[in-house]
Amino acid sequence: MTERELAQKSIAYRKNILKYIVGANAGHTGGSLSCIDILNVLYNNFLNVSPETFASPDRDRYIQSKGHCVEALFVVLADKGFFAESDLETLCKYKSHYIGHPTRKVHGVEQNTGALGHGLPVAVGTALAAKMDKKAYRVFTLLGDGELPEGSNWEAALTASHYKLDNLCAIVDKNTLQITGPTADVCNTDPLDKKFETFGWSVTEVDGHDFKALNETLAKIPFETGKPNLIIAHTVKGKGISFMENQIKWHHGVPNKDQYIDAVDELNNALALV
Amino acid sequence: MGAVIDNEVVTTRSNQDVFSGILQELAANDGQIVVVTSDSRGSGKLVPFGQKFPEQIVEIGIAEQNLVGVAAGLASAGKKAFAVSPACFLTARALEQIKNDVAYSDNPVRLVGISAGVSYGPLGTTHHSLHDFAVLRAINNIIIVAPADNFETEQAARLSAKINKPIYLRFGKKPMPLLNPCETSFEFGKGRIVREGDDLAIIANGETVYPALQAAEKLHHEHGINATVVSMHTIKPLDTVLLAKLAIDTGAIITVEEHGVYGGLGEACASYLLQHGYKKPFKIMGIPDEYTVTGSQAEILNHYHISKDGIADAAIQLLKTI
Repeated sequence: MTERELAQKSIAYRKNILKYIVGANAGHTGGSLSCIDILNVLYNNFLNVSPETFASPDRDRYIQSKGHCVEALFVVLADKGFFAESDLETLCKYKSHYIGHPTRKVHGVEQNTGALGHGLPVAVGTALAAKMDKKAYRVFTLLGDGELPEGSNWEAALTASHYKLDNLCAIVDKNTLQITGPTADVCNTDPLDKKFETFGWSVTEVDGHDFKALNETLAKIPFETGKPNLIIAHTVKGKGISFMENQIKWHHGVPNKDQYIDAVDELNNALALV
Repeated sequence: MGAVIDNEVVTTRSNQDVFSGILQELAANDGQIVVVTSDSRGSGKLVPFGQKFPEQIVEIGIAEQNLVGVAAGLASAGKKAFAVSPACFLTARALEQIKNDVAYSDNPVRLVGISAGVSYGPLGTTHHSLHDFAVLRAINNIIIVAPADNFETEQAARLSAKINKPIYLRFGKKPMPLLNPCETSFEFGKGRIVREGDDLAIIANGETVYPALQAAEKLHHEHGINATVVSMHTIKPLDTVLLAKLAIDTGAIITVEEHGVYGGLGEACASYLLQHGYKKPFKIMGIPDEYTVTGSQAEILNHYHISKDGIADAAIQLLKTI
């Protein structure tokens, strides 16, 4: 997709994220809005995966470690044809498979996630299998910056470099806020680049809302032969809705009727400018 | 094979040693078999495996959460992953990975808990796994198996490679006698009757089946009491058909396990029996809820009466209540 098409797509995705969160009266609004541009670029320009090829052992894998931002994943998967978008009307409803975290009951979801610190180890195992089988597929995993204190991430970071998994790309959605407050105040993981570099990773930073930069960065994988790839994506929690941006209360806040109308208006106005 | 003692063939091989041998045989014919270890190939008797199949062993280092997560990723990509680690660490430290990345995600990892129960004896509580049945029983979608002897170990290893489901296999370090009849068919979820008698049933698993059988022989020779002895190697799914039959056909039931008395084989059996109307004298033998005594595996088990004499005495006491 062109950058303009990506921009239009992200606005459509943001509208759907809000629509289905309002419908469910539940969801992780702020984080879904911070990572949606990354998912947009991944699924529309990079991942070698589709509803038809999802069972193929050669498909690229996307594992969403920050599972609570499932609304972003679901609206993208619906758009890619993995299931009917109208299915999302059942989000978080009684007996629905569309629960508040990714589950393999939903076509297109690679792993059941939700507990934090799980995506990277599983992604490492999947990337290691590709190396062992001499397959060309790549494995992407999206982490929140708030989940980085989980020790399992650092265990997996060691294994990834030990086995030279340059087919693995971890992306940190660094929106700098978590439920308690600024991530730097809760448990500071900076300087993140230096930490991962010391662990043997090749690290690149990018504006996680800049389609051109995301395209260019993802096109360069592997950044260095024999090293796992880390992309630190600088993002804004609640991105795209002015009254939600950088506001912790929107971590899992659900818009009321007026707020929803205002948010959609803002997105429509933004679309006119693309 | 070794000497025949009391009609039992004694081998010099532990169950985890046999498991390692079978795994080598399986790996030679199946390149998708991968062993994942956490600096545990020595205690897991996997050094020869690593030497023969260096491309099929993944060393993680001492990081059990990562061990299980990586194994789940390998399994999701088609590998037949056997994640081998001491049972104490595997099922406590990595419990959330077992729950989510293996069982909930339905990634068919074969979790292998080695040196289970009180195999590590004097190393103490940190190294004992007296909780693993309890915590894993509470998790949906995992088969839990504690083989009693080399025969069951071999069968369990072969079967686990065939079926694509999350499985927990639990092995000890002690060389184990072969229980008769060793030609019995083996299925997960089907208890193995190793001795038949009408007076009571002793249901055990893992390394406690042998002392249960010794106790049954003692009861027969010294007291004229005839006991059925069952190796209930699969705790989940539990062989409730056999359990119901034992409740009908025998006068009392004792369960024996190298596990805490809470949440293991005994409570699994008790729960089924009570909820299905079987009212029988019933006793759970295991490690009590206390600071575990120091000693070798044999000393600890003896201390808690998980022995030929201890089980026989418990049976006599239980039968007095009828």
